[in-house]
Amino acid sequence: MDEFILYALLAGLGVTVAAGPLGSFILWRRMSFFGDTLAHAALLGVALGLLLGITDLTVGVVIVCVGAAAFLVVLQNRTRLGNDALLGILSHGTLAVGLVVVSFMENVQLDLIGFLFGDILSVTTTDLAWIYATSGIAIAILFKIWRPLLSITIHEDLARAEGIQVTRINLLFMILIALVVAAAMKVVGILLIAALLIVPASAARHYARTPEQMAGMAVVIGTSSVVGGLMLSLAYDTPAGPSIVVIALVLFLISTLMPNVGRQV
Amino acid sequence: MASDYLIDAKGISVRADGRSIIDNVDLTVAEGEIVTLIGPNGAGKTTLVKAVLGLRNLSSGSVSIKPGAVIGYMPQRLSVDTNLPLTVRRFIGLAGKAEKGKRQSVLEEVGVLPIVDSSIHDISGGEMQRVLLARALLRDPDLLVLDEPAQAVDVNGQAELYHLISAIREERGCGVLMVSHDLHLVMSATDKVLCLNNHLCCVGHPEAVSQDPNYVELFGPQVAESLALYHHHHDHEHTVDGHVIPRHAQDHEGHDHG
Repeated sequence: MDEFILYALLAGLGVTVAAGPLGSFILWRRMSFFGDTLAHAALLGVALGLLLGITDLTVGVVIVCVGAAAFLVVLQNRTRLGNDALLGILSHGTLAVGLVVVSFMENVQLDLIGFLFGDILSVTTTDLAWIYATSGIAIAILFKIWRPLLSITIHEDLARAEGIQVTRINLLFMILIALVVAAAMKVVGILLIAALLIVPASAARHYARTPEQMAGMAVVIGTSSVVGGLMLSLAYDTPAGPSIVVIALVLFLISTLMPNVGRQV
Repeated sequence: MASDYLIDAKGISVRADGRSIIDNVDLTVAEGEIVTLIGPNGAGKTTLVKAVLGLRNLSSGSVSIKPGAVIGYMPQRLSVDTNLPLTVRRFIGLAGKAEKGKRQSVLEEVGVLPIVDSSIHDISGGEMQRVLLARALLRDPDLLVLDEPAQAVDVNGQAELYHLISAIREERGCGVLMVSHDLHLVMSATDKVLCLNNHLCCVGHPEAVSQDPNYVELFGPQVAESLALYHHHHDHEHTVDGHVIPRHAQDHEGHDHG
């Protein structure tokens, strides 16, 4: 196997292992749009990071994503607009600001197309190290806060009354999404990150009876999408990131045609 | 100064959007005491409960909960998102670790054993109430806070549920703070009633409250009458058309319920 394919595979797997369980939580909390918003905000994070001379892109992405989440809370308290409107504004607003900021950076080389659509076939060992570091940290934190996060997801007031540190756990959850967005950027690109979070988890819902089963199945489906997408890309010379999402979409559609196992739980 | 109360709330007020939701309410719950909050829709019952639990910010007043007291809370409404696959057993298990024998006996006592392997999305409203009660009990609480425990439960089931709550108190000696719509059913299972309509209308033993002109005014003579019939002793007179005239209504200045 060529080295670049092996690297691409490893990169994809590194991301889906974290994206499966996190994507499940995003679905359970009805935050699909939120994942999209943070993904779009990531471009601004990259641009600002480069402007300020931060070589590690993850740092800029995480800071801007957490900032966007905080800004959302401020907006929620200051307007009567619904969440969907606010997320739509933030999502496309941050993307636009990010594109404008990028245009100012004449002296910095920035592969804009690579950031928007991903460039999994050009992944380097350094990229791999970053992906596995971010993804690994995200999984470790998620494992540690799994139970309280699940309680908060079911009923926030009940969790708070039972003594769970709701604000702290919610903040950690935002940071986890930001970490995975940063890791997934190279694989599918900013425009399709949300798909990698949501589509495998949605397909997994059909086969799951417990939250853990759904998270596990989401990893299996996400991983299969990465393998299938790369094969599709190699065979027909299609763009790798979108091909991965196309396979995930097909797996989702198949799940809806399966006998109603998951619907009963 | 240490308080003997599980809950000792003084002069709580909560405001939202410039509107007063609860105004200057005092509330105490002692160990082993069942306190019931009653009042019409929009009276602020749920808000008061949430304020006591620290889920709502107070605009004034103070709440002290006995240090170290474990609280079992049963919220008014809990619907699990259908995106989340969850069995009753897993949901109950999230409340904390309990030894297996104890868990079994609580589930049996509350009557959720037959549905423990069902999906949380498939059980009825009344079953959900029992599941929530079981979850609260498995925390081995010093204080149970129940927000309309009998909603979505039919009349026979309601009486049974209140009976169960008072049995739980007898057995465990925990304090109970609950919200209810009607004094009827909670009457025999409660020690103290707080009648709320943004402010406290009247407080006392259920029998005393049912005779209180403020209570009659708040709920209307029909309700007061049916309550009196339920108890089969009349502390008031009837008009020809069946309306109730509380005996002391004429020498009591009812306050304004705007």
